[in-house]
Amino acid sequence: MPDTMPAAQILSVRSVSKEFRVGASWVKAVDDVSLDVFEGECLAIVGESGSGKSTLANMILGIHPPTSGEIVYKGAALPAKRTKTHRSQIQLVQQNPLSALNPRRSIGASLRLALDVHNHGTRSERPAMVSALLEEVGLDPDIALRAPSGLSGGQRQRIAIARALACQSHMVVLDEPTSALDVLVQARVLRLLDDLRKNRDLTYIFITHDLSVVRNIADRVAVFRKGRLVELAETAALFSAPKSTYTRSLISAVPVVSAPEIALRDGLAQGV
Amino acid sequence: MTSTLTLDIKDLRLSFRNWAGKTEVLHGIDLTIAPGERVALVGESGSGKSVTSRIVLGTMQDVRNASVSGQVAFEGTELSTLKPAERRALRGRDMSMIFQDPTSALNPVFKIGELFQEVLKRRHPNISRDAARQKASVILQDVSIDDADRVLNSYSFQLSGGMNQRVMIAMALINEPRLLLADEPGTALDVTVQAQTLALMRDLVDQKGTSVLFISHNLGVVREFADRIYVIYRGNIVERGPTAAIFDAPKHPYTRALLSAMPRLTGGGIPEIEERAPSFDDPMATHGEDA
Repeated sequence: MPDTMPAAQILSVRSVSKEFRVGASWVKAVDDVSLDVFEGECLAIVGESGSGKSTLANMILGIHPPTSGEIVYKGAALPAKRTKTHRSQIQLVQQNPLSALNPRRSIGASLRLALDVHNHGTRSERPAMVSALLEEVGLDPDIALRAPSGLSGGQRQRIAIARALACQSHMVVLDEPTSALDVLVQARVLRLLDDLRKNRDLTYIFITHDLSVVRNIADRVAVFRKGRLVELAETAALFSAPKSTYTRSLISAVPVVSAPEIALRDGLAQGV
Repeated sequence: MTSTLTLDIKDLRLSFRNWAGKTEVLHGIDLTIAPGERVALVGESGSGKSVTSRIVLGTMQDVRNASVSGQVAFEGTELSTLKPAERRALRGRDMSMIFQDPTSALNPVFKIGELFQEVLKRRHPNISRDAARQKASVILQDVSIDDADRVLNSYSFQLSGGMNQRVMIAMALINEPRLLLADEPGTALDVTVQAQTLALMRDLVDQKGTSVLFISHNLGVVREFADRIYVIYRGNIVERGPTAAIFDAPKHPYTRALLSAMPRLTGGGIPEIEERAPSFDDPMATHGEDA
């Protein structure tokens, strides 16, 4: 965690709701949620499936507009139709990199496309920019010639991250970025994400159901349940003294491997 | 021990023929499960854990470009001596399987009640519809489903993932198999639901004395479930031993890496760990048993 909490808000979600029609009835996927995201922080959004965490992320990205409420980015409300600046500054990394990357396009071409669309650099600079991006995420630039199908899960996720960075992004929404990875690969990718945030002054919205990951990467945690924000606290505080019983039950369900963790978990479980 | 092992695997090798010749993916696996014992096989994707379970189930032997060698004995009977029809008869009756994603493992065009009847027919070929329903409601109670009637009249897509997982567990155990193969059960579910279903499964196999081969990539999940653990890395068992011993004093570099790579609930930052190291190929480490 940084020594001083960054003060400036980069994003502010204000009384946002989202309803979807299911058959004849309406379902409130996100129900009157307000929260601030500060510049340079990693805010984790946790919850079970159906809690509305991905719907909130989709509204931040502009994939669908809120039913009510507004999202303010750098002091101005985000319009339903995003400008190119918004789209390049707020980027997404998805859970499954294989479905996020075009299987018929080489890695280099996928990254180059992001630069072309958002008009970063001159034509002659772009090949070098692609190589630099690949090196930044810890890959050999020669990988640019290959297709996504020939790469491992960890390599693919690194490429998805590189593409999110290509657009000079300020904020990255990470939707379960390591859930599909093996534990050794997950550790490496998490470390990469953490380093990139510091080096590039990025702001992360980290969506996950894995509380052990959250404990080690997030500055603050927002807990969602059935579309509502149940608890929002700094990470250390949330884990040592969760206020809501729902948060307690989430933490006590985490599979753990070491004795101190078991002690922490069992201590919390008594309050459930 | 004099009693017959439920599962006795010796020097199991599997290779696939492809355009380049032969690729061996299992390099001589030894694994035993005693009656009533819960054993976990832990490894990353591509380590060979799932193909091992498919060999035990007898479905890998039917894959045309796969060749299996070594010994796989189920309750003293060598599987390779059985005819395909006899192997098929074992499945769903004496050994059954729980899959990772319950919703895709249940046939969506039949109601849960019909699926149960189908499964029950493997042990009782002439079971009546009513008797099957009766048996199914009883076992659904065992997995904490109170409104069995509604569930039996539903299709899998009308139920939640957690509900489907319980149905899968009930279905896998209804014929009282002697061996249950569980391939990453609950990984597709939320942590809270996963914890509940694992607890249910543990109680049920305990009660019925079923042996379990539990396949997982997550050591945390395994810790509360298994009596003994085998760690598999690129087709070789690298460490085996009682669960407590492996967690208290992991010996093999790969097991240690797996354990330290897990982010801790108590904090401490993201572990600094290599994805690959030459020491991961060290010979197998054991914890005092026969060896």
